[in-house]
Amino acid sequence: MKAEVPVKKALPGSLTPQRLVELYRTMLLIRHFEEQCAPAYRQGKMGGYMHVYIGQEAVATGFIAHMRDDDYMLCSYRDHGHALARGTDPRRVMAELFGRYTGVAKGKGGSMHLVDVERGFLGGYGIVGGMVPLAVGVGYGIRYRGTDQVCLCFFGDGAMNIGPVHEALNMAAIYKVPVVFICENNRYAMATPIEFASAVPNLAERAKQYGMPTKQIGGMDLLEVYREAEEIIRHVRTTPEPFFVEVLTYRFEGHGIADNPTNQALYRTKEEIEYWRQRDPIVNTARFLLESGFATESELLEWDTYAKQQALEAVAYADASPEPSIEELYRDVYTDMEVQEWR
Amino acid sequence: MTYREALRQALTEEMERDPGVFILGEEVGRYQGTFRVTEGLLQRFGEMRVVDTPISESGIAGMAIGAAMIGLRPVAEFMTFSFALIAADQLVNHAAKILYMFGGQIAVPVVFRGPAGGGAQLSAQHSHSLESWYAHIPGLKVVTPATPADAKGMLKTAIRDNNPVIFMEHAKLYSTRGEVPEGDYTVPFGVADVKREGSDVTLISYSQPVLLALQAAAKLAETEGIECEVIDLRSLQPLDMETILRSIRKTHRAVVVHEDHRNVGFGAEVIARVQELAFDELDAPVLRVASADVPIPYARNLERAAFPSEEDIIRAVKRVLA
Ligand SMILES: Cc1ncc(C[n+]2csc(CCOP(=O)(O)OP(=O)(O)O)c2C)c(N)n1
Repeated sequence: MKAEVPVKKALPGSLTPQRLVELYRTMLLIRHFEEQCAPAYRQGKMGGYMHVYIGQEAVATGFIAHMRDDDYMLCSYRDHGHALARGTDPRRVMAELFGRYTGVAKGKGGSMHLVDVERGFLGGYGIVGGMVPLAVGVGYGIRYRGTDQVCLCFFGDGAMNIGPVHEALNMAAIYKVPVVFICENNRYAMATPIEFASAVPNLAERAKQYGMPTKQIGGMDLLEVYREAEEIIRHVRTTPEPFFVEVLTYRFEGHGIADNPTNQALYRTKEEIEYWRQRDPIVNTARFLLESGFATESELLEWDTYAKQQALEAVAYADASPEPSIEELYRDVYTDMEVQEWR
Repeated sequence: MTYREALRQALTEEMERDPGVFILGEEVGRYQGTFRVTEGLLQRFGEMRVVDTPISESGIAGMAIGAAMIGLRPVAEFMTFSFALIAADQLVNHAAKILYMFGGQIAVPVVFRGPAGGGAQLSAQHSHSLESWYAHIPGLKVVTPATPADAKGMLKTAIRDNNPVIFMEHAKLYSTRGEVPEGDYTVPFGVADVKREGSDVTLISYSQPVLLALQAAAKLAETEGIECEVIDLRSLQPLDMETILRSIRKTHRAVVVHEDHRNVGFGAEVIARVQELAFDELDAPVLRVASADVPIPYARNLERAAFPSEEDIIRAVKRVLA
């Protein structure tokens, strides 16, 4: 029935209408999930740093869409979107943010250290760029086994100024490891604009010297990200060699929960935020779905309601979950050794 | 067999036993290893398993951790432990914490090994071992074998361990010789070794200074009739307090001997625990013989003065017996 409606834009590559709808709904879930974070944080239900991904949803969604079940990924502390895009149970993600035992890391990791070993998600990391060398090791492990798995490694533009990232890029190229380095350039490292911090603000250009293919792509349009990611990941899986991709994107919210609008006014304008909000990947994808006839207004509304419900359920689940027991304090320090309590 | 050969034997046997074990580091392959520990391994195991790396300490450590996270058993060599400081973030913030912060779901079975310590006039930036820094970090195991037999048995234990292990060899030990049992054997972590029995005072040491303590003990027995018990801790984390306390219940006096600096060095931890657990057993304050609290100097006489000596130990023993 829907197939008879004229398609206004062609779908890229392997993308089917059903798959596009799934990805759209993933972005909706990420958005609603994170919109529940701020109030929960303000109520004191979460602590620590909390960095939301609002505005950047198309990046994780478009790349992770091409991961196979046995692929790996690592990312930075801005990791809620990546976990949800990978299919991690939102309730367990929220429980982790609440510091509960039912969380993905028993409440020991928190917002910045989500993980889902079963899905090859080897963690979010709080040290800027710290996981980039780890990704090279994961890629090396893949080569060592001789499989055609790939490893995706997400990090920010700020990470490009950290030494170990450059060691890692160089090593990735000399060992030809199947890693896709995905630099999510949202233009700011906290309050520092890319133009200030990078002598060569075109990061794909900067990475070119490492002897691997590099590319700069747009990150606000899910279809574009999906198309580019498909090609890049296929290249890395079949060649194999690393690939560096700079994704131009934007965070609509502050750097972290403490970075409120007054604070943000110190480094960016309302006009700039508005300019990027016009390019909201969720709004754009919704418009595309409508115009192409892949969805109706009422379906969009239904999916939106469902995603919000999922987010609220996640909050309720987290809220009702127990905290880890005090004995947990001393567990998981070593795989095989008890840690002595010295008091 | 030399200490270096014992290490090489452990690496060879473990690589043969487990195809997931591989080595990476600067000059470990074509050049045959800066201290010749990895000699012949590239020829034997190929470049996928003996990986020459750029001068990229963070990269080496991180790559090893990443490979360990998906089930390999990397052994990363630092050219010296002074340079491991460049990789400190990878060791402390990543290797040590991944198991814990992901709720016990990702183990990091990796060994970081290489020469520690000084004594060859290599000066300040090549002589620093900082074992107390690593022992201070929950999640890392720290071992410091002093003999070829322990080097082989403990390296095998380290490779089979599912945790990150800081494996400190002492540069001055590589050419020392000793009996090494044939075939496959391991030396457990957390078990100190009484390297000499004695009744008058306990010398607690680890790594190369154990040899110094043994020399001092021999001289004290010969010239003064003082019988020192010499304990080689071997493993700093886990730490075997039982053996220390058993000895102190016998001798009631102790001296800690190490190359670590005195100030906030590892001896401070040993002594703190002794007084927490066996205060009543002590007949004298426990003393420390340690490196001077200075960057290690170049000049031969200054370097000698900076490191603990046999005479320092003898003097300390006499003081605790006085
Ligand atoms: C090594 C290190 N230095 C500083 C920080 C503090 N810090 C946390 S996030 C951040 C900005 C990083 O920006 P970017 O890499 O662009 O990622 P984004 O937050 O934009 O996603 C800084 C400086 C840190 N976590 N780690």
